[in-house]
Amino acid sequence: MIKSSAGSVAVGADGSPKAGQMAATAAEIRELEERARRIRVEIIRAVNEAKAGHLGGPLSAADVLAALYFRVMRVRPDEPLWPDRDRFILSKGHSSVGLYAALALRGYFPVEEMLTFDSLGSRLQGHPDMTKLPGLDMSTGSLGMGISAGIGIALGARLTGRTGVRTFVMLGDGECQEGEVWEAAMVAPRYKLDTLIAIVDHNKLQQYGWSGEGPDGRLPPEVPGELVAKWTAFGWRVFEVDGHSMPAVVDVLERACVGDGRPTVVISNTVKGKGVSFMEGHYYWHTKPMTPDEFARAMADLGEPAPASEGGAR
Amino acid sequence: MTLPMGRAMREVFGETVSDLAANDPRIVMLDADVGSSTKADTFEHRHPERYLQMGIAEQNMLGVAAGLATTGLIPFVSTFVAFAVVRPLDQIRVLIAQPGLNVKITPGYAGLFTGVTGKTHLIVDDVSIMRAMPGMVTVCPADDVEADRVLRWCAAYQGPVYVRLVRDATQRLFDDAYRFEFGKAVVVREGRDVTLISTGTQTPRVVDAAELLAAQGIEAHVLHVPTIKPLDVPAIVAAAARTGYVVTVEEHTVIGGLGGAVAEALSEHRPTTVKRLGMQDVFGESASNAALLELYGLSAARVADQVRSLLGSRSKEAQAQI
Repeated sequence: MIKSSAGSVAVGADGSPKAGQMAATAAEIRELEERARRIRVEIIRAVNEAKAGHLGGPLSAADVLAALYFRVMRVRPDEPLWPDRDRFILSKGHSSVGLYAALALRGYFPVEEMLTFDSLGSRLQGHPDMTKLPGLDMSTGSLGMGISAGIGIALGARLTGRTGVRTFVMLGDGECQEGEVWEAAMVAPRYKLDTLIAIVDHNKLQQYGWSGEGPDGRLPPEVPGELVAKWTAFGWRVFEVDGHSMPAVVDVLERACVGDGRPTVVISNTVKGKGVSFMEGHYYWHTKPMTPDEFARAMADLGEPAPASEGGAR
Repeated sequence: MTLPMGRAMREVFGETVSDLAANDPRIVMLDADVGSSTKADTFEHRHPERYLQMGIAEQNMLGVAAGLATTGLIPFVSTFVAFAVVRPLDQIRVLIAQPGLNVKITPGYAGLFTGVTGKTHLIVDDVSIMRAMPGMVTVCPADDVEADRVLRWCAAYQGPVYVRLVRDATQRLFDDAYRFEFGKAVVVREGRDVTLISTGTQTPRVVDAAELLAAQGIEAHVLHVPTIKPLDVPAIVAAAARTGYVVTVEEHTVIGGLGGAVAEALSEHRPTTVKRLGMQDVFGESASNAALLELYGLSAARVADQVRSLLGSRSKEAQAQI
């Protein structure tokens, strides 16, 4: 695996980690996979330190976050309010720790600050607060709202002549139960917002959901195929991808950036808790503190043997 | 003598924001399918590329406004008060008020004058709700002149603002020379017998009520409070000190709005008896404007009657104590 120091990344002239639409090389894919692994490690470390926070959703989103922040998005960590930057909104705001890990590793703030997550005075709030942490393009946390704000940003970028701005919004699949999501889905095609790219982290579990014949006796938030059918019916261009296959994720996000007059949604098929064997596919790891033993096993699963001093003590 | 009628605030709204937008390309208008009622359609005619029709989907509309604000634009959000305040309340709270984004929530159809719509459209607690929200400025103009000034002011102000506008023509209180001062209350009549504190389009009716009282020998001191938050506490304390007896009057519930704000301020800064006239913890119903003002005791004549009655009770109490 390639080990890279936080924040060091090849930056193209336009501010993107890699300019142009050249297909990712095998080495680049391996580097992005390592970034995703590091994001997962920082998620586990921060949640363990805070003894609170979400795990399943941030872990399922890590590969897409790595692809966005280390390849696809044009951003400048040293100039977080650069007007022509691409925007990212974590509509599923409870997965904040995953976004924080991506931002820290990308160089927006020191990685050590991850250990302040959820604590008094921290910029790393339980749900993203744009007034506290540079690099956040919207405050979120109440579900269903981020996509509306994304429409506003995409419209605003167009109206202000910043036509190169792409707006990425990540939603949860459970979140798609919120009515506002479909209000937004109705409006975006009216304005032909093809710079708006929604990504549904389709990990097939929500916090609790309905009882039924599913994993641990819970039903998935949607029946199979329902999300694709709904977004298609609302007039969106719909892509599906294996959200844990880095070559596929990079390819689909780069294709999504080439507009065709419609807003795009990427249904990213993922596994809740991905990367930590005993969390994968279990709804109850949505948010749950780890025991010291579970923390050690999680770090080991991620190829990061925990030093003896870790396990709660800083 | 009663104050003359002015123009409808909704007409002023459409024209003033359109005028502002002619000189400021950052201003955009969002509508939820009622622009032909709120007169936001004036903006569509003059600036079609900046008129953003959001359809009958108000939660999304407030969220879109927040996103627009982050790109440096100044969104004015327009629909009916009920659907601009309570339906998308969580969007206002999470996406606009907490981040302090520069969104202007400027709906029409406040108070009782909603075009015979009844309990759904006639919202009586919007001021209480918006005033309670951290970071949300709340302004209730008295007439068409003040509405114009407030809209001009709020376009230049940086941060979230709620402006309560009215559908129908109401009485005119101010002349063209009037200058709105953010956060300042205005003494609109001097008197020594009782202090009447009012806001929004109720104030002209309170001024008329003061004239009726004057004809019976009661000189009312009338304070108009356009900015409910931040509240002009020194002006309220001074007005209370003039007479030692305060009656608040509002076209709104008496719980948590102007009456609540005045009672809070005076109990902390100058304990004074405060009586609150307005909607007494009830929902509205559909009827003509005049009938509703009578029903809820907010016509000039009914306000005068109630104030006279309160003062009568007060002097009886005072005599009983002697």
